[in-house]
Amino acid sequence: MKKLVISIVLLNLLAACASQKPHETAAHAPVAKAADVATAPATSTSTEVDALNDPKSILAGRSVFYPFDVSAVQDADKPLVQAHAKYLSEHANRTVKLEGNCDERGSNEYNLGLGQRRADGVQKMLELGGAKATQVTSVSYGEEMPKAAGHDEASWSQNRRTDLNYKAK
Amino acid sequence: MLKVLSGLLGLWMLAHTSMASAALNIEIIGAGEHQIPVSLVPMGGDAKLAQEINEVVSGDLLRTGLFRLVDTTGKTPHEPAEVNYTDWQLRGAEALAIGTVSLQANGRIEARFRLLDVLKHTELVGQAVSVGNGQVRAVGHRIADLIYEKLTGNPGIFSTRIAYVNRQGRSFRLIVADSDGYNEQVVLKQNEPIMSPSWSPDGSHLAYVSFETGHAAVFVQSLYTNLRKIVADYRGSNSAPAWSPDGRQLAVVLTRDGGSQIYLMRPDGSELRRISFSGGIDTEPNFSPDGQSLLFTSDRGGSAQVYRMPVEGGGAQRITFASGSCFSPRYSPDGKSFVFTHLSGGRFYISVQDFQTGQTEALTEGGWEKKPSYAPNGKLILFASEARGRGILATVSSDGRVKQHMFTQSGDAREPVWGPNL
Repeated sequence: MKKLVISIVLLNLLAACASQKPHETAAHAPVAKAADVATAPATSTSTEVDALNDPKSILAGRSVFYPFDVSAVQDADKPLVQAHAKYLSEHANRTVKLEGNCDERGSNEYNLGLGQRRADGVQKMLELGGAKATQVTSVSYGEEMPKAAGHDEASWSQNRRTDLNYKAK
Repeated sequence: MLKVLSGLLGLWMLAHTSMASAALNIEIIGAGEHQIPVSLVPMGGDAKLAQEINEVVSGDLLRTGLFRLVDTTGKTPHEPAEVNYTDWQLRGAEALAIGTVSLQANGRIEARFRLLDVLKHTELVGQAVSVGNGQVRAVGHRIADLIYEKLTGNPGIFSTRIAYVNRQGRSFRLIVADSDGYNEQVVLKQNEPIMSPSWSPDGSHLAYVSFETGHAAVFVQSLYTNLRKIVADYRGSNSAPAWSPDGRQLAVVLTRDGGSQIYLMRPDGSELRRISFSGGIDTEPNFSPDGQSLLFTSDRGGSAQVYRMPVEGGGAQRITFASGSCFSPRYSPDGKSFVFTHLSGGRFYISVQDFQTGQTEALTEGGWEKKPSYAPNGKLILFASEARGRGILATVSSDGRVKQHMFTQSGDAREPVWGPNL
């Protein structure tokens, strides 16, 4: 048991160090969790760890990415969305805000529509996977809130995404 | 490429640019084919006011590409009786602007202005202009309008205003400014995005999109009282407000029933009804001058293209077939053509298409050029561009010959739209 706890702590720390782009919640939560575990090593962690805060869980992924002018969730991201759907279906008290974003190639208004379609597409998949409509809201920022500012594919590919933003409990 | 129109003009532009740098820089590129030679004699009276007025008038006229300024050195007539027409004929001027300006005891600025026909030795127009203190630029715009109207036969647009969004980091400001970008007034400032300002036809209100409630919602704000009202705040995104020419309706784009679709409402948000029914993104509606039709952007056929439909709904017809995508259509004021953004080969162009011939022409060389809108007289087009890594405002004459870049002091200028005649 002790060995397991240590490896969890190590993994947590590794993940916390390695993660560059995840949201702050994902980057900070594991550190706090590691401290909890270290001070109370005798208790089982399995019932206390919210899978959402586990950096090695697939749920640590909070962004879905798209090709240019596409709003359908790509095959590579489907397991991620399905995992969040399952989580939401098992945690009826959790709510998530889906934020659709686009690269700058299009009019601002067209991109607002495209970002909304991206977020709505994720919402639909979450609901099909068991999430309730009341747990999910979807909005679009279009091209108004770019994560990367360059006029190049390296920036654009980061900006074409839907973020899953869980509300703090 | 900055083409210097003539030696004298080049000197004038240097002076102008250094003066202008206080607020924003202006670069003028290209020239019209037939330029009217006109002399602007600095006004008599208050020399400081006269110089300021002269700069505003010169800048307005040059921006159109339709005028060439003829040197006035050594000659300072202020009344018709002081004009030696032969002198001005020899200098090549066809029209001569003279006058006087003074600051009254009550703070008002009084200007008396005359435009003379050098060849016919007659007065084309004379007017006295009186404005409040600090509005000296308004006098210049008024005079430029009079000169422009008399010499081209088209209505002037220099006294109109523009609206745009300035983005600086996370700070967004909705700004109203004079047609030349000066005299900025902040209508709204916040740390959430602002998009798509749209002028009411009487210039009294702006509709726009604000994200302050956590998602895109449509607001209408009075420019006189600054009172604002949220008029569309449904699920998802509420955006792309466009006023009908009579000011009684607002077209908006909502996602309340699924994807982005076009709806009509009263400007207070009441009497909402859906008018577009497609599985695609329908957005950026724009009313025809007669109020009967809407242009809009839709990707129902695959790529985004421009479509037209009756305002009452139904019967949408695709009208652009360009490679790449077409966005942001806006009718010309005469309704005979429309301007739009064409994305092709990774570059955005400002293009126009004639309704009758279907012919399309790119007015710009391409780059990050978006969101065109016509001046009320249809002769200039305002759009968002980029230079030196910053979003800027730009204009192009409707024949594509003359371009102007306006650099604001800081931040990125986005989403410009030309206001109506007042």
